[in-house]
Amino acid sequence: MPKRTDIKKILIIGSGPIVISQACEFDYSGTQACKALREEGYEVVLVNSNPATIMTDPEMADRTYIEPLTAEILEKVIEAERPDALLPTLGGQTALNVTVQLAERGTLERYHVELIGAKIDAIKRAEDRSRFKQTINAVGLDVPKAGYARTLQEARDIQQKLGFPCVIRPSFTLGGTGGGVAYNTEEFERIVKLGLELSMTTEVSVEESIIGWKEFELEVMRDCADNVVVVCSIENLDPMGVHTGDSITVAPAQTLTDREYQEMRDAAIKIIRAVGVETGGSNIQFAVHPDSGRLTVIEMNPRVSRSSALASKATGFPIAKIAAKLAVGYTLDELPNDITQQTPACFEPSIDYVVVKIPRFAFEKFPGADPTLTIQMKSVGETMAIGRTFTEAFQKGLRGLEINKDGWDFTGDVAPDVLKQKLAIPTAERIFYLKPALQQGLTLDELYALTKIDRWFLRQLYTLVEEEAALKAAAEPMKAALEAPPGGARQAGATETLRRAKQYGFSDRQLARLWDVEEGAVRSARTRWGVLPHYYLVDTCAAEFEARTPYYYSTYEQPVLQLDPATAPKAAAAPAEHKRKVIVLGGGPNRIGQGIEFDYCCVHAAMALRELGIEVIMINSNPETVSTDYDTSDKLYFEPVTLEDVLNIVQREQPEGVIVQFGGQTPLNLTTGLAKAGVKILGSSPETIDIAEDREKFKQLLEALHLRQTPNGTAMTQAEAQQTAHAVGYPCLVRPSYVLGGRAMEIVYDDEQLKRFAQVAFEVSPGFPVLIDKFLEDAIEVDVDVMGDGETFVIGGILEHIEEAGIHSGDSAMVLPPHTLTDETVEELRGAARRLAQALKIIGLMNVQFAVKDDAVYVLEVNPRASRTVPFVSKAIGVPLAKVATRAMVGQSLAAQGVTKEIIPPFMAVKESVFPFSRFAGVDILLGPEMRSTGEVMGIDEDFGRAFIKSQLGAGQLLPRSGTVFISVKNRDKRAVILVAQRLEEMGFQLVATRGTVKTLQRYGVHAQLVNKIHEGRPNVLDLIKSGAVQLVINTPSGRLPRADEVQIRSAATTLGIPCITTMSGAQASVNGIGALLKHQMSVKSLQAYHELLRV
Amino acid sequence: MSPRTAWLILEDGTAFRGRAVGAEGERFGEAVFNTALTGYQEVLTDPSYKGQIVCMTYPHIGNYGVNEEDAESGKPWLEGFIIRELSPIASNFRAQEALDAYLKRYGVVAIDGVDTRALTLKLRQQGSMKGGISTTAADPQAFLKRVRAAPNIVGVDLVKQVTCVKPYEWSVEGSAARQGPQVVVMDFGVKRNILRQLAAQGCRVTVVPATTPAQEILARHPEGVLLSNGPGDPAAVTYAVETIQDLMGQVPIMGICLGHQLLGLAFGAQTVKLKFGHHGGNHPVQDLTTRKVDITSQNHNFAVDLDTLPDQRAMATHVNLNDHTIEGMRHQELPIFGIQYHPEAAPGPHDAQHLFGRFFEAMQAHA
Repeated sequence: MPKRTDIKKILIIGSGPIVISQACEFDYSGTQACKALREEGYEVVLVNSNPATIMTDPEMADRTYIEPLTAEILEKVIEAERPDALLPTLGGQTALNVTVQLAERGTLERYHVELIGAKIDAIKRAEDRSRFKQTINAVGLDVPKAGYARTLQEARDIQQKLGFPCVIRPSFTLGGTGGGVAYNTEEFERIVKLGLELSMTTEVSVEESIIGWKEFELEVMRDCADNVVVVCSIENLDPMGVHTGDSITVAPAQTLTDREYQEMRDAAIKIIRAVGVETGGSNIQFAVHPDSGRLTVIEMNPRVSRSSALASKATGFPIAKIAAKLAVGYTLDELPNDITQQTPACFEPSIDYVVVKIPRFAFEKFPGADPTLTIQMKSVGETMAIGRTFTEAFQKGLRGLEINKDGWDFTGDVAPDVLKQKLAIPTAERIFYLKPALQQGLTLDELYALTKIDRWFLRQLYTLVEEEAALKAAAEPMKAALEAPPGGARQAGATETLRRAKQYGFSDRQLARLWDVEEGAVRSARTRWGVLPHYYLVDTCAAEFEARTPYYYSTYEQPVLQLDPATAPKAAAAPAEHKRKVIVLGGGPNRIGQGIEFDYCCVHAAMALRELGIEVIMINSNPETVSTDYDTSDKLYFEPVTLEDVLNIVQREQPEGVIVQFGGQTPLNLTTGLAKAGVKILGSSPETIDIAEDREKFKQLLEALHLRQTPNGTAMTQAEAQQTAHAVGYPCLVRPSYVLGGRAMEIVYDDEQLKRFAQVAFEVSPGFPVLIDKFLEDAIEVDVDVMGDGETFVIGGILEHIEEAGIHSGDSAMVLPPHTLTDETVEELRGAARRLAQALKIIGLMNVQFAVKDDAVYVLEVNPRASRTVPFVSKAIGVPLAKVATRAMVGQSLAAQGVTKEIIPPFMAVKESVFPFSRFAGVDILLGPEMRSTGEVMGIDEDFGRAFIKSQLGAGQLLPRSGTVFISVKNRDKRAVILVAQRLEEMGFQLVATRGTVKTLQRYGVHAQLVNKIHEGRPNVLDLIKSGAVQLVINTPSGRLPRADEVQIRSAATTLGIPCITTMSGAQASVNGIGALLKHQMSVKSLQAYHELLRV
Repeated sequence: MSPRTAWLILEDGTAFRGRAVGAEGERFGEAVFNTALTGYQEVLTDPSYKGQIVCMTYPHIGNYGVNEEDAESGKPWLEGFIIRELSPIASNFRAQEALDAYLKRYGVVAIDGVDTRALTLKLRQQGSMKGGISTTAADPQAFLKRVRAAPNIVGVDLVKQVTCVKPYEWSVEGSAARQGPQVVVMDFGVKRNILRQLAAQGCRVTVVPATTPAQEILARHPEGVLLSNGPGDPAAVTYAVETIQDLMGQVPIMGICLGHQLLGLAFGAQTVKLKFGHHGGNHPVQDLTTRKVDITSQNHNFAVDLDTLPDQRAMATHVNLNDHTIEGMRHQELPIFGIQYHPEAAPGPHDAQHLFGRFFEAMQAHA
């Protein structure tokens, strides 16, 4: 069937800020959908609150609304735009949930908006646990025995029938938030209560435990003619009990016979039909009993998902793009397979390699969080690796994870009883503990009993143990062969050993360690001996058809010989290549501190280079991203971003240079190694990077430029640390070298704290100095982004932080243009940034962080690379900073690009951060120098108050219009809180406070009701919060170390979704925002309309 | 660390050195690749692979072992088996034997450690060619000579080597209770799942040797005749073409794979050899009447060229969307149809199983 002509304008809803379980994959899917629909001539209206996405680039849609994803706001967009249709299946759970709300409040009907892709009925059948179960049973399939409860008592009744352990899942929540496994009554009641609170429908399911069963997923697509294909099967290495987002997963399924696989495929097809997803992709999860093969259905997502992004990257089948085209009426047979171009999209990819996805965790950021992996997702990112075998892909994946592992490494000793415990409880480390377990001789059966990881995977791991032992045994001859002078006797045996090791995925660095040589020696031997990677294609068809899309992975294979000289292929003269070629290095897996913002910059680099006719080669290992869409660059290498893997590609491609500025710290850390190997680094020189990162050189630079720096020093030992701290004076900021996201950064107030945190910093970056700076209390921080071509420098944006200094810039809310700084200060910041850029000869981007205290400007740090704020600034000023920077790096001056002056928008843009605290029960939500946010939103409006309120709404902080506010602040904030309290009272809020604050407020004529502190008896403040009597909490920490009762208050508020403000500056901004909320109707305006304002 | 060396050598001199697995020896055949991700056991036991050495494009083979239930015939028929990475263990609750042991038990010569993608690319670009696997050859050059001297499969009747010796009733799986139509299956190398599918439709099934003449078949009073799959060049199976011509008009006929090709020859069309054939479980086939697409299981090197039909007796019903080859045809008037792919799957998707229903309906309509 051809595409529909009765619809012209289509609304797409994005997934909002990056949070755990909703990350870049929805930018990838949304971007694909926008492109696909516009290609077909439809007008696309896009709404997403996340500025760090490619999809919200103004070129991606006809109208782009960077607005909060609430039903109220979306209704306004619909009212303004009058779309014919809404495609709700590309923006994750967020888009699905808000779509359900739009349907329920009658918006869709009122404005005649047709849902395409999935209708409300289908969404509800898939999402509502009890309806899903009925649907599945009706087609003769099995689901785990379960019941549905709306009250604790109902839940208890079901539990009685099922026994322990049992699994509790709230209906309608993200990534299993609030779910859990209960082994006893106490746990059970706790999880059920929480689950009921978190569920949008106040419903939980209580299910029989299928922990330890094998877990599989199928990615299914259906068109309006009822053709169904299964794009990919995925088998989880971690069995049921660990959320699939936290599991190591493998594609395709490894341990199913054809009969079992086809049974699962049949079931998936039945399910997508029964649920009634009309067109598009769905993800269906199954559990299989390991001893009986009993197949049960776990859940279905009637939309594209993280797994569908993975499946797209794993197979080359672009699920989101095809889903968008199916939604407008095409059938699968009418759409071409992009990769082959000759065959249709109506087929099931066959692959001739193995794909391994490994999650990346951030528990180190959340001390006190339970690191056990459960059915609630906790990972913040993932890496994917492709190899010809599981072992190769697995080791590549681990070295691409960037957790200081060069593969499947384990160091240290572990006692047998500890080991067993480490294996029995799933954590991020379990996979590594399997190594000593296998080395110590635990059998596959013993390990299976402990982990329930399928024996096939365990046996593969054992192969690695065997291979490593053999490699170690060959250390002496290998060392001799590697270090023998070139030109000696041919090292046939050593070549074979080396090739075999590479086939099992051992990195050069692992081999260097095993053989006690330098990594460079392994690399040079590989070149000399011809042990080089093959680059094979991800071609959807296992080589059956010719692939047109250069999407590569590396592998090592045995050489193919030719015995007949007559038929030996003549070495074709390589065609002389005139085209310019540039490699862009991506950022690897998402983690806190390095996320979608950097991928955004890499994608922009690729776009800019392609526009200039330069061939772009992308290297990255993150399956969620737009950068790893084979459409983004001319060639895609899906590879770990390590020195070895990058150099291999450089050797093959011979580019004119490599861009390291955009992928965050990952590529920047490779700069020295690449430069040493003779690779040209495009943009600011490695010397520039060195000056910015080397404290001494940086200090000299600032002195030469007469710029102020806070007193600071470095230390290699505890004694030195104390000396430095005393020299600069407490409080001071302690941090390790070479980290992103404020890892292990702390503010310390005395010797004892210094000792503790300096130790942590030494451990994070061993061998590097710990940095100690004087901490400026109550200073205002400012971020400045600068573009440069080496000679001319233009300010991209000046962003004033809302939270005071001491809170990581990635966690702080920011305002552009600055809203409280004086013109003189802004001018001084401008001048300082430009002088720095000039001195560093910045080619590309630079970010400077300043602190302003008592009108004095201090330089905190300079990063000669793209910063986290680049996408936000680009959207606010209507200039794509990363593209401008890229063009400068390949020789186009800023003047030639027409980028000559700073743009100061006549509106306000606020960037707010989003935190994963609700995932880590009991963790304090206080902000500090260590970054903990996962994502960001943008609020734009005419004035600060309205822009701020939108940023809060977008971030899920539902600031109230009325109700009760609980106030409890530290002594130093008591004065500042008076103004806040007065405003709140004026706006009609009731105030409650604890004794001290009540007294202070009374003195200024503000009435607050007294409430007991937690230890003062009941009812206390916690009871008040839990009973829903409080709509807003303002609570600044009272001491250097948070008190336990404060942590309880803040956690309770976070868990219940009550906005909780922990800084005075945040409270002031919020009051301002609430004021705007009461004064103005919320209104929406497209980004394109805002950008029009910049042109006049 | 140094298991036995094995050689895989193609007639053009391309050579792969790998590890010997399975049985000792030297085997020759036409090298083909199969892109199915699962189902190596079904491939091994499919008689249609007689005369071929088969390369699985999926690298990990043997993961779930081998079991009796999934066998498509009594033993492996192919000449040799090419693997990238043989699993050291069998991990599945139904596994009864590891693949290596099974290959040894049945004398299948196999090789692993081969760059199967390089081999596949070669076969795709240059077409199927003769090849050999040897676990015993000391001199690869000498082995290459033997590869080149090995017989070609074009023009060779391989059916006689795989068909049953005498007729038998397909009587497993509760056939006694079956009351449906009597079907005679001409065994050109039949896969058990065809018989299972017929039985599942309620048919009483008799399997007869490929050489059985039409009168003998008709003497069994069948309500339908199924022409089974099988190996090799259809043009060499002249006796079967004659039999089919004699059956036409007497009884509903369904042809599968080689059976379909023989039906095409019986219609007067010619068959052609494809460059490298279709072997896998992911080929889209569209029904030209309903426009519905089935994802199908395929295994054939030859195809019917419907353009060579001397008259308008037959028409195309199905087309492979990958290369637009005709993969289904039917007689304009009579209840006779042929399907180039495998509605019985095993291995592969079950999408096309409804075609047995079509046969069943044809038999009922004819009765």
